[in-house]
Amino acid sequence: MGRVWKYRDDVNTDVIFPGKYTYKIMSDEEMASHALEDLDENFAKNVKNGDVIVAGKNWGYGSSREQAVKCLKAAGIKAIIAESFARIYYRNCINLGLPAITLKHKDIEKFDAGDEVDLDIENGVIENKTKDFKIHFPPFEGYVMDIIRAGGIIEYIREQVQGK
Amino acid sequence: MGMTLTEKILAKKAGKEDVQPGEIVTVEPTWVMSHDNSAAILLKFKKTGVKNVWNPNKIVIILDHTVPAPTAEYANNHKSIRNFVKEQGIENFWDINTGICHQVMAEKGYDLPSSVIVGADSHTTTPGAFGAFAAGIGRSEVAAIWATGKIWLRVPQSYEIVVNGKMPKGVFAKDLALQIIGDMTASGAVYKAVEFKGETIKNMSIASRMVLTNMSAEMGAKNGIIEADEKTVSYLKNRARGAYEIMHPDKDAEYEKRTEYDVSDLVPKIAFPHTVDNVYDIDKAEGIEINQVFLGTCTNGRVEDLEIAARILKGERVNPNVRMLVFPASWDVWREADEKRILHTLAEAGAVIMNPGCGPCLGAHEGVLADGDKCLSTANRNFKGRMGNPNAEIYLGSPATAAVTALKGYISDPREVL
Repeated sequence: MGRVWKYRDDVNTDVIFPGKYTYKIMSDEEMASHALEDLDENFAKNVKNGDVIVAGKNWGYGSSREQAVKCLKAAGIKAIIAESFARIYYRNCINLGLPAITLKHKDIEKFDAGDEVDLDIENGVIENKTKDFKIHFPPFEGYVMDIIRAGGIIEYIREQVQGK
Repeated sequence: MGMTLTEKILAKKAGKEDVQPGEIVTVEPTWVMSHDNSAAILLKFKKTGVKNVWNPNKIVIILDHTVPAPTAEYANNHKSIRNFVKEQGIENFWDINTGICHQVMAEKGYDLPSSVIVGADSHTTTPGAFGAFAAGIGRSEVAAIWATGKIWLRVPQSYEIVVNGKMPKGVFAKDLALQIIGDMTASGAVYKAVEFKGETIKNMSIASRMVLTNMSAEMGAKNGIIEADEKTVSYLKNRARGAYEIMHPDKDAEYEKRTEYDVSDLVPKIAFPHTVDNVYDIDKAEGIEINQVFLGTCTNGRVEDLEIAARILKGERVNPNVRMLVFPASWDVWREADEKRILHTLAEAGAVIMNPGCGPCLGAHEGVLADGDKCLSTANRNFKGRMGNPNAEIYLGSPATAAVTALKGYISDPREVL
């Protein structure tokens, strides 16, 4: 169970994780402390493990920096649900094992900040407990699901190497 | 059914007769590129448990983002990369005295027609100017390629942008790129291949074509691409690292969307803060006072860019209220601009000539803006906080607009002085 953090269309990577920190190697906690720093100053202070982000179109456009995904995962975010994702951001989500879920505009509209939600990634179900409705989405398949289950592509390769 | 240029390249690389948009292909890239972020990538690579990279000759590492190192931390990152390339036998390593990765990839002959290039930088779309398929990817994905030699790619739908007409005086590839991005919006080409064609593109220099493919990333495109031609071949002479094949789109290729431009009436453009698609004709921006002018980057730091600025600033002085920073895109650019006395002219005018590299573009190094500062930049991004300070504003324009703005102290139209 987690709460919804709701954001608009076209949120870019520089406000998710500022460029001035991009080439510093940081711990997960430090990355999390800068998450959404230039967009929502309340986020890093109040986010809890299990929360989700619900956003509009083109979430995460701009830089290829992976910390823009990592900082949210490190902050406890369990999934990002958006109307659409920038393509590198989408790949980075999968490769870091953070589910990126695409819903239609009318479904995104049904969520408000602070709603309590339950996520079932394996079966593709989002349940909004506050507003009492369920939305189904196509579950991830094959290689992509394997990467998500392993927690990321690096972890997935490691499992394969160790399995040999 | 015929194939677009992007489809043809991906089909060939995947060893298939043809591919359809939406299909996922697994390919071994011609080159996988990374820069200062290789310090983080090599840590991820080590986590995979794989000992040796799949092929050291396919990995290109170019240090450009924070060069020379501004802090001990960055210096240690660079050091770890230097150690790693030695350990792994990676010979395609270019240290801090080379230039911005996207420029170096071209100059050193990696950008080959019909090659597949992926890199841990969003502007890896740039090699598309040579008829290559080139796309940005994330760090973990680069580490995974180092380990396995493979990447999955979704074959994108293609858009074609057809540009005809003669570029008016004082109007450049950057203005065209801003016009297109303003029309398409920042999300207008998400996951698409954008193929630029038409007589204007044919007549453009290689450097100008690189502006278009570089900025394709700003409309969300997976890749931007331009057919290779005799200019490409002549540029690659004595540079090309290996044989290459020139491919052309089929006549009956299917494009999801076609947009046509006639540039005869195009005017200089400005992207206002804080998004690249917030584009207006220059008259709306004229008179906005500017504190810093930034000429350089992988978008507009090439010889033709510095040359037009020098033409405007020759015998003049940069306005005393403006700090003008010039970052040639590479040391090859630096040397040529030096030989042509371009750097001399700019320095005489009061510009600060910096060392090649990304400089202040992403706010990690040099030339950071103060609270309330307004900057006219030739870069490709103007996001809030991009140049290191969220309380500053960045306007994007062409090198000519940058030079005349530096001269006047406020955003000005280069057509008045050219």
